Amino acid sequence: MTPAATTLHPPRPVVQRRTTSEPPLVRRGLIGVALAFLSLFLFIPLVFVFTEAFAKGIGFYFETLRDPMAWSAIKLTFTAAVIAVPLNCFFGVCAAWAIAKFDFPGKNVLLTLIDLPFSVSPVIAGLIYVLVFGAQGWLGLYLNADHPAFPWLANWLNDRNFKIIFAVPGIVLATIFVTFPFVARELIPLMQAQGRSEEEAARVLGASGWQTFWRVTLPNVKWGLIYGVILCNARAMGEFGAVAVVSGRIRGQTNTIPLHIEALYDDYNFTGAFAVASLLALLALVTLGLKTWVEHQNAALNQTEITR
Amino acid sequence: MATKQSRGKKIRVLPGFRLTLGFTVFYLGLIVLIPLAAVFWKTSTLTWAEFWHIITLPTAMASYRLTFGASFCAALVNAGFGLVVAWVLVRYDFFGKKIVDALVDLPFALPTAVAGITLAALYSQAGWIGRLFGFTGATGQFHGIKVANTQLGIFVALTFIGLPFIVRTVQPVLEDLDPELEEAASSLGANRWQVFWRVILPMLTPALLTGFALAFARALGEYGSVIFIAGNIPMKTQITPVVIMQELDMFDYAKATAIAVVMLVVSFVLLLGVNVLQWWTNRYNTNNLA
Repeated sequence: MTPAATTLHPPRPVVQRRTTSEPPLVRRGLIGVALAFLSLFLFIPLVFVFTEAFAKGIGFYFETLRDPMAWSAIKLTFTAAVIAVPLNCFFGVCAAWAIAKFDFPGKNVLLTLIDLPFSVSPVIAGLIYVLVFGAQGWLGLYLNADHPAFPWLANWLNDRNFKIIFAVPGIVLATIFVTFPFVARELIPLMQAQGRSEEEAARVLGASGWQTFWRVTLPNVKWGLIYGVILCNARAMGEFGAVAVVSGRIRGQTNTIPLHIEALYDDYNFTGAFAVASLLALLALVTLGLKTWVEHQNAALNQTEITR
Repeated sequence: MATKQSRGKKIRVLPGFRLTLGFTVFYLGLIVLIPLAAVFWKTSTLTWAEFWHIITLPTAMASYRLTFGASFCAALVNAGFGLVVAWVLVRYDFFGKKIVDALVDLPFALPTAVAGITLAALYSQAGWIGRLFGFTGATGQFHGIKVANTQLGIFVALTFIGLPFIVRTVQPVLEDLDPELEEAASSLGANRWQVFWRVILPMLTPALLTGFALAFARALGEYGSVIFIAGNIPMKTQITPVVIMQELDMFDYAKATAIAVVMLVVSFVLLLGVNVLQWWTNRYNTNNLA
């Protein structure tokens, strides 16, 4: 549920006029209050993660990261992100094309439904997949039924000990769910704002559908797409609640990086937990850096369009 | 009206409508709608009396009060400070402003588990910030306000999570405010405080409310950043998602699902409210332009 918060907006210059400004004392006071509040909740925590991570020296730091359990968590997190992000990216482009370039009844309902995963608690996001694929869920009932609908399928799955919950597929599904709206949310308003005339012109001039998309639409929404993918990836790698429900927390097998952090923390290995956490904090900083850079690029793109 | 109707019947110049809409609806159904329906399917196996009994259990009721109360307080504090942060970022220049502006989004980008252990360590009695709220006596007893493992700790975590929402909804509206309105008000004799209170704040109200609702809704479902700092003591510091998690760990799916339904219904109502608010904000902005 972060539509307003995640939309690209170019920075604007500050214009100070005497009639619409405050006395210097008030100004400094307000800046002080804002910075104190942000320090308490943002800056100090950020510094603390890295300080604590290196509290036992650089040797211990790399030893923690080289641990096979940590390594398997890192691999699993990357696996989940590598599957979830492209799928949701493809979905986002499809949804944006259908919604922004065509008129059809029920468009607003569809928009609201795409936003749904943002308003669902991560724990519930995990729970719904347990209910569908868990031992007591639809899949479990099917596999344990006396007379399943397709006996060969049930037998085939049972023979292979097919599992989704407390296994990797469940983690991937939960990750897909929580990152579902990111790319779509970013692209839809952007493509709606750009209208259809450029694409229609390309078609009239003889371009095929694909050519229109690759040469006209994609260059226009490039930065929005990259921005959506960055956010989607950050959330995919950092998701905790939903993955915690479906993973079963089997160390070395179904622990992702955030779950590994929890395990280390619960073992009172605080420095270890913060060492692994510093990886994700670094990812967050890279995400914010890329986001700022993309906003800058987008503003430059808008600028050239205005002057053109 | 007539043009709108004829547009629908017009031959579509652009290709791919059926394909993209078809895939969108298919993927949405597969990933979101069918699994969400499972919650209501599972609940329907309970009778109404059983359902009511589960969702009104004392531990559940205590968790609702705590979750709603802490989320509301956190969103309220964020509304106040978020407005100040947005104001400072839009109106003033100061050293490091660009970095501060970028870092406001940190709670969106930082994984909740990292935020959780960091806040828990910082606000514990021995932590950098927690020890400022009291002192440790000769006997090793802590005197003062405890933050970690109390309801105050939950409030701290939820404030962190909701911080960007208000700033990022108010910021663009504040940027678009026409300075002529303020100039007119001050030339008519209003002092700066009156201009803010009577002219600026009313125009920011829809954005503030939207940001508040977004932060509140996010806080209601929050799990990862809260569990480490909360202590999770039943009836005292156990938020609703933790109650659901506990039932799941005991494989009591019916109980977990019933409480999840309560949360889902509240979230859906909030989502609807936010959409109405955003529609109101947009209408307000277009009215201003006209």
